[in-house]
Amino acid sequence: MTGSASGSALDRARLTWRGAARVWFRNLTIYRHTFRLNIVPNFFEPVFYLLSMGVGLGAYVAGVADSYLAWVAPGLFAASAMNGATFEVTYNVFVKIVFDRSYDAMLSTPLSVEEIAAGELAWAVTRAGIYGVAFLIVMALFGLCHSAWVLLAVPAALLIGLLFAGIGLTFTALNKQIDLYSYYFTLFLTPLFLFSEIFFPLERMPETFRVLAFFTPLYHAVRLCRFLFLGTEPRAALVSAVLIAVAALVICAVAIRLLRRRLVI
Amino acid sequence: MAGIDFTVSAGECFGFLGPNGAGKTSTMRMIYCASPRSAGELRVLGHDPDREPRAIKQELGVVMQDDLLDEALNVEENLLLFGIYHGLSRQAARARAGESLTYFGLADRARSRPRELSGGMRRRVEIARALLAEPKILILDEPTTGLDPQFRHDLWQRFLDLRERGITILITTHYMDEAERLCDRLVIMDRGHIVATGTPAGLIAETVPAGAVEVRAQAAERARIAEQLASTFGQPEEYSDRLVFYTEDGDRILSALRTGGYAIRSELVRRTTLEDVFLRKTGRELAP
Repeated sequence: MTGSASGSALDRARLTWRGAARVWFRNLTIYRHTFRLNIVPNFFEPVFYLLSMGVGLGAYVAGVADSYLAWVAPGLFAASAMNGATFEVTYNVFVKIVFDRSYDAMLSTPLSVEEIAAGELAWAVTRAGIYGVAFLIVMALFGLCHSAWVLLAVPAALLIGLLFAGIGLTFTALNKQIDLYSYYFTLFLTPLFLFSEIFFPLERMPETFRVLAFFTPLYHAVRLCRFLFLGTEPRAALVSAVLIAVAALVICAVAIRLLRRRLVI
Repeated sequence: MAGIDFTVSAGECFGFLGPNGAGKTSTMRMIYCASPRSAGELRVLGHDPDREPRAIKQELGVVMQDDLLDEALNVEENLLLFGIYHGLSRQAARARAGESLTYFGLADRARSRPRELSGGMRRRVEIARALLAEPKILILDEPTTGLDPQFRHDLWQRFLDLRERGITILITTHYMDEAERLCDRLVIMDRGHIVATGTPAGLIAETVPAGAVEVRAQAAERARIAEQLASTFGQPEEYSDRLVFYTEDGDRILSALRTGGYAIRSELVRRTTLEDVFLRKTGRELAP
């Protein structure tokens, strides 16, 4: 076949920023119809979490920091960015592939599969950013933002969004049954949410948990965010940021390739 | 697909006529760069679909067999986005969308969701969308399947109008009247092969006489008629419920039928069509 011989040059031509931006713009057009409805839960979710975990549970917790609310909030912020990106590249993309077949029509235009994948990833990152900004505003209202440096949490949310967008799109490109998402959410995202040091340090957990956590994505996202809000463990946070960036680029490249395999029959 | 060979010239309406499963849609998918071809040469506007899909797709407008309007977008946005996918500026795309909606009589439905429209209107939106970036080639895969006759005739008129404006049209259909009405040239496809190529009139003229007589009767009676009249009028073709004699001298058959005293349900003298060409070339009926 002609494809593999000139592989990289061909790939570069397949993915242009303009094409990806056009796919991203489709999602923005749709979001403009629904954002007034969609944006409301984005504010309520952090309010509920901060009230129940931070204020409610926090009243019984001592030992991690001066205030449990201040300690738990950055972790919840990271989880929020994760969730914002995840929904777009799981159910939403699956429906577009299988039920709406939106991409079939889009691929009859000059757009390429790579641009569709990149556009969807970029949109998921955008949603992570929207979740992040909403969360940050709520944190400020709770009095948890003490310096302008916390604004760095927004780019952090975008970076975390990119990582989870890549992971989610990889799963979607391989997933043939919509029901399997319950495995993705229950067996993958839920344990990440519970064991990534959002709610408690892993110090007193068995060694295995700590070792495993180091190799999972949300753990690093939490470490990064906790540093940005509280200034804890700067060197570890830097390591986490680099790991997230590298992992995000690798997994997004994998997702783009797998989506081509899925869509071109 | 096995060894299909055709050339389409700029500005013509070229048809692919054949039953479902003949390979028409597969051929279209290769042309609009959705499916790789297993072997062989294909050039669209001088480009190889494997190497330069973008250059090809930039000049194509595709209306697929399945209704694939974007339900998340309204009618105008459906058009607008297709313009943007083709690289038009937002302003240019909006202007084109407005013109196009007016041309297709959809101006008052710009804000409707596709699902709020009738089947015929949705089809028009799809065609308007395919034409938005002013393609050189319009690909229509079974464009009127499932539409009522009034809508079909309306669309045919528009296709002929588009061809007048110089757009090359590739159309697949299993309706022989559609092929005859629209196509300058066509191929007849069956089971992944091309069984005939030519103009509608030319194909009919070279395959069957200009006239045919259809005779409907019960199976036993059909067999008797076929046996007794074959020597004079030639072996008739057997459709599922009727015989067809190919002859320009219909009156002689009619009088022979009358004098023979056969139990006939009905008879019909007609012009031959592409349907007869398909039957002759494949031994099977085109329409189910």
